[in-house]
Amino acid sequence: MMVQQTTPEAAVSGVTTAAELNVAGTRGPSFGEPIVEYLLRLGDDRLILGHRLSEWCGHGPILEEDIALANIALDLVGASSMLLGLAGELEGKDRDADALAFFREGVQYRNALIVELPRGDFGFTIMRQFLFDAYSVVTLDALASCGHAGLAAIAAKSLKEDKYHLRHSSEWVVRLGDGTEESHNRVQASLNELWRYTGELFERDTIDEAVAAVGITLDRDALHAKWESIVNDVLQRATLTIPEKTVMASGGRRGRHTEHLGHLLSVMQSVARAHPGATW
Amino acid sequence: MAASVKDSPNDISSNGKDTDGQWSLWEVFTQPGKGAPHEHAGSVHATDAEHALQNARDVYARRGEAVSIWVVPADVIVASAPGDAGPFFDPGNDKAYRHPQFYKVPRGVRVF
Repeated sequence: MMVQQTTPEAAVSGVTTAAELNVAGTRGPSFGEPIVEYLLRLGDDRLILGHRLSEWCGHGPILEEDIALANIALDLVGASSMLLGLAGELEGKDRDADALAFFREGVQYRNALIVELPRGDFGFTIMRQFLFDAYSVVTLDALASCGHAGLAAIAAKSLKEDKYHLRHSSEWVVRLGDGTEESHNRVQASLNELWRYTGELFERDTIDEAVAAVGITLDRDALHAKWESIVNDVLQRATLTIPEKTVMASGGRRGRHTEHLGHLLSVMQSVARAHPGATW
Repeated sequence: MAASVKDSPNDISSNGKDTDGQWSLWEVFTQPGKGAPHEHAGSVHATDAEHALQNARDVYARRGEAVSIWVVPADVIVASAPGDAGPFFDPGNDKAYRHPQFYKVPRGVRVF
């Protein structure tokens, strides 16, 4: 369902809204100008992955790793808070980061599918984190010098954190892959399962083209090549093999999610919905 | 080397080499600011040096406490025994002339 929304700003500046662009197959209402959709994609990736990582709190394999995963979860939720905050500001409907995080339905989420998959075992969590961290570092690196000042500032700040995340997950991938037979098999199985969700990270649609108007012009092919080079290098050191010929899953950017997102949201949003506007 | 994690996140069996079933112990030293000495912050378990450095960063430097971290395998630290305390340290306590407190510290000189 598309809801036609033309904001006053759009009418003045002549910027096309996402609704007018009619991104094929999008479920749920769209969010006004393309930059808002674009920020939601970035913010939702980090919010959902941050929540998934936070599920490890108190369950980490050792104390140090428990703390490390919780740190990374906080970094990701912090980044999503900035991105969703900016999205809410630009949307101009008086919705802040909390309103966007806790009062949207699943079909209104724009995260890639890879981040919503259940956390699995430690090997799965680390492999997912590694594939995402590598994507995030190359993407934020490019966004840090984009023409949209607000987004560039957030990207520059998050990039520092994400470089550490990548270092952390890369080292673990190598240790698990090149560790025991058991750890190798588990992390290889995780890679086999996750690979089909990596294509979506480098998809390009009308939103990506439309945000060129506000100075965001990423070369997805170049980013993909950089990502592949990082991933190939680490997986080789980890003695892991990339699965051959995989059909890539897709849909998250258009609100078409796996069954897992609804369960995650029911937990993540329950407190905010039971006590709207509560503070402590 | 690395731990294998069973299906349940609570079920961890370690392949660490240490006798207590844990990974080996590393002592962590953090430097609070440039020019300041590294001070002992605590210890972490880790499989190797890079892993120890990351764990130290996550446990002892996540709130901006440090600008530099050292990690040292705990078993390479040579320590004095509690029984050595008398012969090692007592002679230093009763010879006031060994202490530099007779000098006035000029204003503007930073004392750590």
